[in-house]
Amino acid sequence: MSTPILKVRELEVEYATPNGPAKAVGGVSFDLEQGEFLAIVGESGCGKSTLLFAIAQLLTYPAAMVGGTIGFDGVDLSALSEEELRKYRWRDISVVMQSAMNALNPTLTIGAQLADACRAHTEWSAEKIAERSHEVLTMVSIDHVHLKSYPFQLSGGMRQRAMIAMALLLNPKLVIMDEPTSALDVVAQRSLMSQIQSLRNELGFSVLFVTHDMNVVSHFSDRLAVMYAGQIVEIGKTRKVFDEPLHPYSAGLMDAFPSLVGAPRQLLGIPGNPPSLVAAQPGCHFAARCPLVMEICRVNRPELLEEDSHAVRCHLVNAVQV
Amino acid sequence: MKKIILEVEGLSRYFRVGGLRAKGFLHAADDVSFTVKQGEIVALVGESGSGKSTIARVLAGIYKASKGEIKFEGNSIAKNSDKAVRGRMPMVFQDPFSSINPVFRINHGLERSLKLHRKGLTKLARKALAIELVEKVGLTPGAEVLRRYPHELSGGQRQRLGFAQALASQPSLILADEPVSMLDVSIRIGLLNVMKDLRDHEGVSILYITHDLASARYTADRMIVLYAGQIVEEGLSEDVVASPKHPYTRLLMSTAPDPRLPYVEIDESGDLGEPPRVIDPEPGCRFAPRCSLVMDKCRTSSPVMVQVSPTNRAACFALEKD
Repeated sequence: MSTPILKVRELEVEYATPNGPAKAVGGVSFDLEQGEFLAIVGESGCGKSTLLFAIAQLLTYPAAMVGGTIGFDGVDLSALSEEELRKYRWRDISVVMQSAMNALNPTLTIGAQLADACRAHTEWSAEKIAERSHEVLTMVSIDHVHLKSYPFQLSGGMRQRAMIAMALLLNPKLVIMDEPTSALDVVAQRSLMSQIQSLRNELGFSVLFVTHDMNVVSHFSDRLAVMYAGQIVEIGKTRKVFDEPLHPYSAGLMDAFPSLVGAPRQLLGIPGNPPSLVAAQPGCHFAARCPLVMEICRVNRPELLEEDSHAVRCHLVNAVQV
Repeated sequence: MKKIILEVEGLSRYFRVGGLRAKGFLHAADDVSFTVKQGEIVALVGESGSGKSTIARVLAGIYKASKGEIKFEGNSIAKNSDKAVRGRMPMVFQDPFSSINPVFRINHGLERSLKLHRKGLTKLARKALAIELVEKVGLTPGAEVLRRYPHELSGGQRQRLGFAQALASQPSLILADEPVSMLDVSIRIGLLNVMKDLRDHEGVSILYITHDLASARYTADRMIVLYAGQIVEEGLSEDVVASPKHPYTRLLMSTAPDPRLPYVEIDESGDLGEPPRVIDPEPGCRFAPRCSLVMDKCRTSSPVMVQVSPTNRAACFALEKD
């Protein structure tokens, strides 16, 4: 077993609000192996994007990391200064943002934006930059003539692939992706996912992928983490979480979207709304919406307990296992 | 046999593109014909740029039709649609955050709609009716919900309110333009169920515009698949999904992310392509450049809709018997 590339331990992030701090991420721990694809899914407001921003050390006021460590390649990123972080950013860790529309500069050509990133993080010569730009664009199946194109001349799918090309410029070990497919049509979505998969097999980087639509990653990620109210409630092999979800919340999520196969049936989804993260109640965060709630759930917050590399945060499951 | 309430015949909508001297016309919707019966949900399915929203906007009277005939409840509305028609065919918009006036309480918009479209009601009757309407879409307790401001409602609740406002004018057809695509996956199903409820209990028809084939199957009785402004396949939802005939419908099916479907390897050299922008089209099938079954004929003449099963029709030369 290789050592994990990323070791997140008890990560906590709070947002300052007029009513007191809101705990957006409340004690998240996980490992990411070299070359692994971990997907993080959850509803909006569950803290999944905040978690990514914390890992990339991109949080700004009113969000602040208040506890935990982020071990990357043996170094705690949260202890580094901005200057020291620069050595890691783009070279080792790169981020693909949600909307390529907003993340690309509309007034510069794709080539100019690739070159800009190279100049900021390397000492490469102009020839080397041109060569590498050509190379990464070809990697994501965009013709190199588009180095001279402006973002508006590319389709949505191509823009998103250009973003990925940019993230891969310096051969990072970890690529963090925040809903890169959510603005795309299904067909473009599918080809982007296949593209990410084949690049990962070829180059061996790890992927941390956040999405609210778990269907998107169902055939692509190695492991799946389900987040609810700032905590991981279930994490395990993607196939296993889909086939036999153990946490009532994951089970509810699986049952919340219609399918193209099987007999037509009435679906119910998960009634209710996620809890407020300011002054959280004791007990399980999901208790108020849980169809299987027990007395203990309202008093005691369950721990994330692991068995056979599948961890669940639920009294029901943990009680049965004991 | 149920009564036909909407009959669209050869509807086209062109947009002039380019500068003053460039004379090009974008064919957003081209020769579209379909019907909607009373108490029926019909889904218009397509990727972005397929013309599905354009069709809804022409029906709502936001755009004028460039060509074609629209008969709504027996009257032609292609040339002029007055306020009474708009009341009988209201629209629910995609974005629940920008479609409700934030400065008024919920009851304001609803009671105003009642005042405009239901003349002769007393103020008290309007108040009582408003409560009834919000409770019909699952916002309870109605009296309390009506006192709130829009910012106090979640996205899902706002979209339910959108349907309550549409109901206020006693419509026979609701145009729902991607009503769930901005909502979280976990609450989408609740809204789809609201639409089915309205069909079953209020007897309204709904034109459900979506890019999501699975939700169209779940909600709609019939579906119409659009590609580049034209209908390529239509039929009973179950039949279309069980045996899609047109190569484009098959592409949509095979790329739909669905954990319950086995992973289908698609022959993709990086990119599955995207729908074209149809500017002054030549004759020929618009899907030909992406089609795996393309023949010489497809590039020179346009296929017409043919009956492919007792309940389904599709436009494809490969389906025609020679």
